Amino acid sequence: MAEESTEKIGKPERRRFVEAFLGAGVVASLASFLYPVLRYLVPPPSAELSSDTVLAGKTGDLKANSGKIFRFGSRPALLVRTSDGQYRAMSAVCTHLGCTVQYRSDLHNVWCACHNGMYDLNGRNISGPPPRPLENYDVFVKGDEIYVQRKRSG
Amino acid sequence: MIDLATTRAWLDEHFRVDEVIALLREKTVPIHRFSYFYFLGGMTLFLFILQVLTGILLLLYYRPTPNDAFESVQYIMTQVRFGWLIRSIHSWGANLMILTAFVHMFSVFFMKGYRKPRELTWLSGIGLLGIVLAFGFSGYLLPWNTLSYFATKVGTDIPGQMPVVGKWILMFLRGGEDVTGATLTRFFGFHVALLPGLATLFVGLHLLLVQRFGISVPPNVEAEWRAKPAASREMPFFPNFLLRELMAWYIALAILGALAAFRPWELGMKADAFAPAPPGIRPEWYFMFMFQTLKLLPAKILFLDGELLGILGFGLAGAVWTLLPFFDRESSGRAQRFVAGAGIFALSYIVVLTVVGYLAK
Amino acid sequence: MAIVQRSTRHQEHAPRASGMPREFAWYLLAFLLWAAFPLARLSAQTTNSCLDCHSKLSGPPQIHSAEYLAGIHAQKGLTCTSCHGGDSSRQEPTRAKGAIAGHNRHVSRNQIPELCGKCHSNVAYMRGFNPSLRTDQFSQYQTSMHGKRFAKGDRKVAVCTDCHGVHDIQPPGDQRSKVHPLNVAQTCARCHADADYMKGYDIPTTQAADYAASVHHDALVLRGDLSAPTCSTCHGSHGAAPPGVDSVARVCSTCHVFQAQLFDSGPHKDVFATMGLPACVTCHSNHRIQHPTDVMIGTSAGSVCIHCHSEGDAGFVAAGTIHARLAELDAAMARSEDLLGRAERSGMEVSEAKLAQSEGRDYLIKARVELHAADAAKVDPDIQAGLKVAEKTYQAGQNAMAELSYRRKGLLVSVATIVLVLIGLFLMIRKLESRSAK
Repeated sequence: MAEESTEKIGKPERRRFVEAFLGAGVVASLASFLYPVLRYLVPPPSAELSSDTVLAGKTGDLKANSGKIFRFGSRPALLVRTSDGQYRAMSAVCTHLGCTVQYRSDLHNVWCACHNGMYDLNGRNISGPPPRPLENYDVFVKGDEIYVQRKRSG
Repeated sequence: MIDLATTRAWLDEHFRVDEVIALLREKTVPIHRFSYFYFLGGMTLFLFILQVLTGILLLLYYRPTPNDAFESVQYIMTQVRFGWLIRSIHSWGANLMILTAFVHMFSVFFMKGYRKPRELTWLSGIGLLGIVLAFGFSGYLLPWNTLSYFATKVGTDIPGQMPVVGKWILMFLRGGEDVTGATLTRFFGFHVALLPGLATLFVGLHLLLVQRFGISVPPNVEAEWRAKPAASREMPFFPNFLLRELMAWYIALAILGALAAFRPWELGMKADAFAPAPPGIRPEWYFMFMFQTLKLLPAKILFLDGELLGILGFGLAGAVWTLLPFFDRESSGRAQRFVAGAGIFALSYIVVLTVVGYLAK
Repeated sequence: MAIVQRSTRHQEHAPRASGMPREFAWYLLAFLLWAAFPLARLSAQTTNSCLDCHSKLSGPPQIHSAEYLAGIHAQKGLTCTSCHGGDSSRQEPTRAKGAIAGHNRHVSRNQIPELCGKCHSNVAYMRGFNPSLRTDQFSQYQTSMHGKRFAKGDRKVAVCTDCHGVHDIQPPGDQRSKVHPLNVAQTCARCHADADYMKGYDIPTTQAADYAASVHHDALVLRGDLSAPTCSTCHGSHGAAPPGVDSVARVCSTCHVFQAQLFDSGPHKDVFATMGLPACVTCHSNHRIQHPTDVMIGTSAGSVCIHCHSEGDAGFVAAGTIHARLAELDAAMARSEDLLGRAERSGMEVSEAKLAQSEGRDYLIKARVELHAADAAKVDPDIQAGLKVAEKTYQAGQNAMAELSYRRKGLLVSVATIVLVLIGLFLMIRKLESRSAK
């Protein structure tokens, strides 16, 4: 596209140098643009899930009569496997002052270590300071994966 | 080794490019003290192409439902490699593109590039401005955070005030009475399908017309050159002007990269329809002057609803602005000064109201 | 809005509409006015003539009928006669209050506890209204300080109506009730904070003010946590009496279970018992309970430990160690908090790490509970776990800042290539145009 002049006024080497320099610069800049794009195209290892449904664990993770804390959205949640093998899931944020609750296998209840608040396996506050029950979540088991989902409101 | 001459020969054999190249070689750009403004159109086009590219990349990870939208953007920002870069470039690029579109429009206005026979170029350009603003408005909702949710609520309330058609327009925009997941789906459809299609048509038309009629010269420069033909200067588009444009485009890339690295576009908090609107909710800067005007208008002017009057006023102003080439035909001094004055008023009104909108509580 | 011009010419001397003689209209009016009274009375509560008159008085014994009718007794169908006797169906004062009906008129203070108890202690009677209501209030009252002094003839002490109200009684769960948890402290303070009224009794009058400055008051009134204690929670309501020195700890431990257990397992329990010091209260006070801070434990001027312990003794050493551990964890958490805040403000996404921080905070809370055993070794496990969390979140913060720095370096590389291109373009342009004729 450049104007080709038959008169070689000026130094052709310099002209070629400029062309080469520009070409190299353009290639380098394109590489620096393309590199991030190519990395971007590769999907990251962790598949993103919505805040409403979270993979809480695998069926092998929990024994009967035990519980585990997992992240649900931006707050902790509790997954419990009862003595007869059922799964229950609820928010793990104590409704009293926000401490993280835990499952007590000796009491078969959910318990808050901070001020001895007690909840039953449905999240209902049964003793101690907590003023409200823990929000309940639905549990689905797909294959060997346990999914916890927020309850759909009408 | 494949060299330029062989490639050209092949292309001409299969695409008949030689005629096109010959035409393009003749394309020139007039050079005068206002020529720098000629970069703006190409800059807007470049930014638009950048938006399309980054937009397509974002499409690979974005999910347009209320449950997932925010999380998918969060995912892009935190988990996807360089996702933060693509997303920030897209958000900043949108703002930059709208800015250059406005400046381009005003520069064409003041340089009177809309005069016969370029009326249709002006019309298609106004159409493009509308499309670009619609892109901005629809895209703003897609991250589904608090700001975008409420800005959309307020923003769709305003056309809803129009008489007769207002309700229908509101329902059409929102996909229902309120801003819901239906609105998100609709806006997504507008943003990635309808508007790009329209934009392609309008950009094609706009560029075609510019090629057909060449780049216009402001009247006073025209007069100078008529008086002294030797003073007229022009530059070939290929390669001289294009090389300069490339410089401008690269600078724009550098600016966008710096913005992405130093001022990443914020994520905010996920929209909660049941939470009250955060205080001081306002639209993006390109709508601010209209929003602020409506806020400042009294509730009732005579017997008419103030806000309605404001909306109709803007509609009227927009119509006059669009049909300007058909009004401004005289080249008499008084008419020219009036039009220029009106333009200065419009520009300063927009700037002042935008600033006021940000300073006001 | 058109303004209607009214013609004034015709109105004044127009002939009156014929048909109804004036006199008849007056008779009708008079009849209606005369009939109004009985008609109005018909619509009022015909079974409560007491209220009819007493609500219209301008001073005592005025009864505010709206208040009375909204009260629990009126709601349940009880009327004035239930307490005052008399006959509420009679209109004339003497007949209504008269000796025929065995009228009591003003119920004196002496009679109140027994009068209320007549119904409220009658299990069979109360079962007809609310079977789950307690019926031991009167017997409890008789064991209380108020009840005991009342039995000895002291009429300044509280009786039922002083706390529950007289004609505006609401159930304690109703927020209008003077004995609703939110209102109890104010009700008690009416007497107990009045220095003049309490002259002659050997107790302080600062409790109400102290309580109002306490953390329990804040929880109850400011945060609306109805499980927080008020006067009656620790002192009892009907059986109100201060808990004894040896029983204060048991009262506090109803809610603060762990602290009490840990305290009991530590060295202080027996020592305090020997010295006659109440547990809990000695360090935390009874009414003016402040939000505890890490300064309370340790060897500094603001600590409670130095009131008994001094340089060299085992307790002094333990206090110092525990304080140091808590301060260490607190500082580690603050350091992480700070770094994560900086990372977030720079645009990095650190929500995961911030969530982990809350786990660290939980450990700090637990450590602050563990210290009640006054043993540094018991506090350690929580401290160590918390420090691990702080370490992890700090690392996350550092990773975020490293990522930020990586981004900026990457930008630099890109910008460098862009600058190269810009130079190249500039040179190219210059090259092209230096050759073309000007």
